[in-house]
Amino acid sequence: MSNRLINWFRFASPHNFYPLAGKMIPVFWALAALFGIAGLWMGFFVAPTDAQQGEGYRIIFVHVPASWLSMFIYMVMATWSAIGLSLNARLSSMMAQALAPTGALMAFLSLWTGAFWGKPMWGTWWVWDARLTSELILFFLYLGFMALQASIDDPRRADKAGAIVALVGAVNVPIIYFSVKWWNTLHQGSSVNLAKSSMAVTMLWGMLLMALCMWMYSVAIALTRVRTIILEREAHTEWVLQLDEVKA
Amino acid sequence: MNWNSAAEFFAMGGYALYVWGSFGVCALAMVLEPFLIKKRHTQILQTLHRQAVAEKIEKETP
Repeated sequence: MSNRLINWFRFASPHNFYPLAGKMIPVFWALAALFGIAGLWMGFFVAPTDAQQGEGYRIIFVHVPASWLSMFIYMVMATWSAIGLSLNARLSSMMAQALAPTGALMAFLSLWTGAFWGKPMWGTWWVWDARLTSELILFFLYLGFMALQASIDDPRRADKAGAIVALVGAVNVPIIYFSVKWWNTLHQGSSVNLAKSSMAVTMLWGMLLMALCMWMYSVAIALTRVRTIILEREAHTEWVLQLDEVKA
Repeated sequence: MNWNSAAEFFAMGGYALYVWGSFGVCALAMVLEPFLIKKRHTQILQTLHRQAVAEKIEKETP
């Protein structure tokens, strides 16, 4: 059975991954749209008004998913970097490179929506609180990774330098996550707790659906971007010039 | 249902600026990012196409 004998390493080659990614992208877009519609419906029409924060709490439906994704994407990026660095696999490094801008965007959105939530609830857009500061550092780590890669001409050397930054910076992710436990912060504790969740079930569902939406969006975007990066970096190869969309 | 009218929905119980300021920027970002990548993709495809044409001409010229 050929089905069972798929050689997964085949897709480690940009040549084989390029068309596969092209086929996967629409699927992830469809999932993102589906989860997005369900999540927005839950968030705005099903989830009740909060007893303390009124309608203002609804920012949670973008704030928490964006924050989760900013940390999750960083871990995925660091993992691809580690694989790229240890196995010298160029597609892995390209994946890391493709994830960084989306991760930076999620960190930015987390900070932005946090500010818009902090202003009405705490009376300030920003405080130098442990969680806010560590999230800001995460944003700068993404920017640093991107800037470093862009500043080195040789792509393979850029991959290696970027990978080291990504791996060292990974220390920051658990710091963000546990900051509300380790320090006294203005930021509230985690909303989702497996034993006893502090929120209504419909609120939780809205948040999870929105997180799934942003997750699927990030996958679709990263795959789209990695295809562009493959073309840019493999421009000298024969297979790229033989692509239908390129062929003379 | 939480809302009695569209106006009430958009007012967000007085938190309109904050709620729509958050959702709006997220929506904007999630529209702009795919658009920018699409542009970058088209650019590299054009460059590669020109390269392919140039190579073809070079081969055909005696």
